[in-house]
Amino acid sequence: MSILIYAEFAEGKFKKTALELASYAKKIAGETGTTVTALTINAIDAAAQLGKYGVDKVLNVKSDKLTAFNAKAYADAIKQAAQKESSKIVLFNSTTDSLYIAPLVAVALEAGYASNVVAQPISLSPFQVKRNAFSNKAFNITEITTDVKVLTIGKNSYGVFENAVSATEEEFSPSLNDADFSVKVESSEKVSGKVTIADAEIVVSGGRGLKGPENWGILEDLAAVLGAATACSKPVSDLGWRPHSEHVGQTGKPVAANLYIAIGISGAIQHIAGINSSKVKVVINSDADAPFFKVADYGVVGDAFEIVPKLTEKIKAFKAQNS
Amino acid sequence: MKILVCISHVPDTTAKINFVNGDSEFDTNGVQFVINPNDEFGLTRAIWFKEQAGANVTVVNVGGPDAEATLRKALAIGADEAIRVNANPTDGFFVAKQLAEVVKNGGFDLVIAGKESLDYNGGMVPGMLAGLLGFDFVNSCINLEVNGSDAKAVREIDGGKETLSAKLPLVIGGQKGLVEEKDLRIPNMRGIMMARQKALTVLEPVAANSNTKAVKFEKPAPKSAVKLISADNLDELVNLLHNEAKVI
Repeated sequence: MSILIYAEFAEGKFKKTALELASYAKKIAGETGTTVTALTINAIDAAAQLGKYGVDKVLNVKSDKLTAFNAKAYADAIKQAAQKESSKIVLFNSTTDSLYIAPLVAVALEAGYASNVVAQPISLSPFQVKRNAFSNKAFNITEITTDVKVLTIGKNSYGVFENAVSATEEEFSPSLNDADFSVKVESSEKVSGKVTIADAEIVVSGGRGLKGPENWGILEDLAAVLGAATACSKPVSDLGWRPHSEHVGQTGKPVAANLYIAIGISGAIQHIAGINSSKVKVVINSDADAPFFKVADYGVVGDAFEIVPKLTEKIKAFKAQNS
Repeated sequence: MKILVCISHVPDTTAKINFVNGDSEFDTNGVQFVINPNDEFGLTRAIWFKEQAGANVTVVNVGGPDAEATLRKALAIGADEAIRVNANPTDGFFVAKQLAEVVKNGGFDLVIAGKESLDYNGGMVPGMLAGLLGFDFVNSCINLEVNGSDAKAVREIDGGKETLSAKLPLVIGGQKGLVEEKDLRIPNMRGIMMARQKALTVLEPVAANSNTKAVKFEKPAPKSAVKLISADNLDELVNLLHNEAKVI
């Protein structure tokens, strides 16, 4: 009956979103008098890292065949772990990989699936959750009617809470078949040493108001002092000023950061749809009538080329004082 | 190659989002419906396969008669034929079951669906369909090449991209990148005229469960007005971000 989470382990550690997922699961386990089990793949030191956030038991799969991500094989392993633990609730993050796996697991377990969940369940019986829908323009209360439930939890929708327990760890060897490996990774390109938009707590984003790719330095400087990821609007990526991977908005990447700073972005409805689940939004724009001001929390009207470098200096000074 | 492109009939991005019947249903009054953007990228790629390699392209929607205008648009863009499964798309699993039946009966090699629809943002139909059919599956796909029964697909990952090899039959969860925005096609008069002659078959649904139900909808609380900070007083912005918003 244990609640199962799939805790993503990458580059030697668990992502913050995995710790948030553990915290989320522990809260439900506390209310239902059950425990939390984490399925991990090729993780190191998992019990100590996850036990701190309430995970009671770790099932770690050690397999050379699973070194590269493989959706079908990972889904098969998670399904078998859920069956072993008789889990009624299986939880995932909203990372690209987890969103890839979750529907496969749901079908395999004959479970109802709700994605984009933004808070703890509204009720456990009937099982109802609140989720984002209509591109963040509405919430949808969804009831899952099956015995087993699969959820993907939005980033920053619950928070990370310490709740130390002494977790046990055992090696788990699911039986995987050849069909699980028919899709193969040929190559992978990943920018290293840069905060990704998916992981970032703060995102600094630029639009056509910056006038050209040669002017991105001021934005990168601001991102550097904030430890932020850089992003851009659709026109900027269409013009080739910035790579497609930085395009955020409805047809680009979604952003659910703590702080989103929009510089020279007018705020087209498609852009807002993609970034609206960010908690705090700041706009810097020379046009006081830009639609972004309607959705922002804080706004500065003026010339980005003057404001942004000044703001970078102010934040640098603030950080020096407060560190 | 027989390609099936799954089309969601969704409100246009700029549509007003309101609910009726005690906030239990989306208010379609005065709303313009379009092909789901993630599906349109896939449709355009499918038509490219048709033009380059002689593929046959069928579009399918699970929905009511009002979705036929959206299917006709897909035909006008260049799909060869259309299927509408005559059912209320109650949840992702139900839709995936209907689509799986269409795929089995139609002998499709490649199924392309948007990775997520603009309305319910469920993001589950492509994966569930692949799971039900036992087909290979690539999600968040930003490039796709097919050579015989071998496919090479690129998917977006957090912070980069990954190139995958897969075999047909294959299900793709598509998005921008399959083609670029500039490659999307606006139906021309000839296409619209031809679309009227193309077959649009209506099928009755097969029995299937819904595993979830939408109980009700809520709109976010109205936002308070933006706090404007003078460009000469950026210390105040830093102060607000630290002390009030607590984000730095």
